[in-house]
Amino acid sequence: MFERIREKLEILADAAKYDVSCSSSGSNRKNENKGLGDAEGTGICHTYTEDGRCVSLLKILLTNHCIYDCAFCVSRRSNDIKRAAFTVDEVVELTMNFYRRNYIEGLFLSSGIFKNADYTMERLVRIVKKLRNEQRFNGYIHLKTIPGASEELLKEAGMYADRMSINLEMPTESGLKLLAPEKSHEDVKKPLNYIQQTITQFSSEKGLIKAVPKFVPAGQSTQMVIGATPESDKEIMHTANTFYKNFSLKRVYYSGYIPISQDARLPVIGSQPPLIRENRLYQTDWLMRFYGFDVKEILNDAHPNLDVDIDPKLSWALRHLEDFPVDVNTADYKMIMRVPGIGVASALKIVQARKFGRLHQDQLKKIGISFNKAKHFIRYADSPLQLRDYEAGHIKAVILSESSSKYTKVPKNQLSIF
Amino acid sequence: MEIFVFDGTLEGLLTAVFECYQKKSEAVKLVSQTHYVPDVFKEAFAVISEDAKAKRVWKGLAKKLDSNWMKSIYRAFLSEQPATFQDLFEFIRYIIDSPPGAEANFGNKYVLEISKMSHKVHREKHRMEAFIRFQKTADHIFYAHIEPDFNVLPLLIDHFKNRYADQKWIIYDLKRKYGLFYDLEKVEEITFDFTAEMSPALNALPVNVLDSQEELYALLWKDYFRSVNIPARKNMKLHIRHVPKRYWKYLSEKQG
Ligand code: SF4
Repeated sequence: MFERIREKLEILADAAKYDVSCSSSGSNRKNENKGLGDAEGTGICHTYTEDGRCVSLLKILLTNHCIYDCAFCVSRRSNDIKRAAFTVDEVVELTMNFYRRNYIEGLFLSSGIFKNADYTMERLVRIVKKLRNEQRFNGYIHLKTIPGASEELLKEAGMYADRMSINLEMPTESGLKLLAPEKSHEDVKKPLNYIQQTITQFSSEKGLIKAVPKFVPAGQSTQMVIGATPESDKEIMHTANTFYKNFSLKRVYYSGYIPISQDARLPVIGSQPPLIRENRLYQTDWLMRFYGFDVKEILNDAHPNLDVDIDPKLSWALRHLEDFPVDVNTADYKMIMRVPGIGVASALKIVQARKFGRLHQDQLKKIGISFNKAKHFIRYADSPLQLRDYEAGHIKAVILSESSSKYTKVPKNQLSIF
Repeated sequence: MEIFVFDGTLEGLLTAVFECYQKKSEAVKLVSQTHYVPDVFKEAFAVISEDAKAKRVWKGLAKKLDSNWMKSIYRAFLSEQPATFQDLFEFIRYIIDSPPGAEANFGNKYVLEISKMSHKVHREKHRMEAFIRFQKTADHIFYAHIEPDFNVLPLLIDHFKNRYADQKWIIYDLKRKYGLFYDLEKVEEITFDFTAEMSPALNALPVNVLDSQEELYALLWKDYFRSVNIPARKNMKLHIRHVPKRYWKYLSEKQG
């Protein structure tokens, strides 16, 4: 018994780890029934893996048996690996016991597709129902939407889950067709759309009826695998942008492909996952969501791929030197946020602090901006007289040389790709 | 420069502010009893904590600062750092002497220091919420001990009470020798008289007091932690940034 459950957990956690979504925030589920757990507010990372990824949920598959054969997936039908399946009670027990010891924020439950979509989805729903109704569990639950599952089941799942997600897998339809001919982006859009509409319907009823039950309170997310197929960064981020807009997604995740297959269509085993590229895509995602950038400003036909050596904000600024320098004592909050080296929080502090007098260099440093980077793009009370305009290449070289540790000391395992 | 010696409590610190206005003092050096080294050439003024005086200062502050800032003051105080006591003293005087809104002036040294220290304490509170690992005892109490840099226990009460409403738990601060006990109804402060014998290793209750399933779950958690790792992505620098080494002792999954 002891050994069997250990083995199952090993197989089914290992198979689930390629889904990089880790968020456990954005829900509003409080512990109101004196039960276990509280999923209100921002989630906690209870530990980090050695690659620096947050571990906040018990992320497992119900089973890694699958009737499909997607080339990029470890659980694909044709892969010769050990298979296992949890029972409903096993998942419930594991979740409760991990949660009680403060190991996790909740459960992220996904599954290979066995028999058919509804059969699989029905089992996932049974688990979340049991956790909520019998165990009075109020922790976070992220449930995978199984493509092709009936709307009744999706609706039921949404009544118990905090977040639901369904993966696009590849950034474009053609990329997906290449590796998983049985699948299409349409299969993803349909349930995304149905759940999104149901969320809207529930929230519009909120004004009318007092106790509207929760429905996927933390919203939906999706994931794309990066680097398995030949899409440009522009294609990737434009797809992300469309999905954010059309389905009000909370997050899009970008997962650098880890070679796990001998399939000739895919990068060979042992080649390095594109970690820097993945990081740059996330930075772009942040610029779109929190810094007021339009995706077209960062990626367009003239500039279809992100720079590897510098971050996308710096890259954008260097291409738009005509918008700089920005005077931190007078400029708009929005423009201050666009300065390389100044983040959302520092920008806010700057506009608050300048009401008390013009800001000087030492104050800007104390506020916490990356001064060495920002100084090329700003004017402040005691900024030195500037006799001539520098050109982009020069500024870039200076910044790179001053921050050598951050940009050139890339972990060894990432060097070989560039 | 006058020297004020206070008892190290928040009440004492607020009383010191009150006295400073009463005495019309200009420059004051505020020292807590534990850090005070008497100086034969300089006389020190001993602040005697008084509830009424402290409350007047607190209420005066609450009129000017929103609840977030009031919490920041409390958090900074829990840092127990001598320099922060002085910063708090100066910050409070600055707020009292200035027109409303002065707390937004991050160009002011004390505003910045208090906001930074409050942030540090908050970060440690948050880390404790993340890194505490309970062990279930044979009598169904979930137990953990910690050794935080700052005195964060008072900040942890609400979080753990809301989250673990249906289980008894204890969180014990080995360094400061007191703990919190939740008995399914309320949280109480407790002290053990056997802490000297307690193993400083975290997650280390003797097996004979543990629940029979404790070992299984500790093992499953360790297994899980190992299984989710992706060796191809290994990046220890990032790992250590998220979990500084001094916190590793909290993490059962990192032991052995
Ligand atoms: S359907 Fe899902 S689990 Fe099955 S092979 Fe495709 S990606 Fe993997």
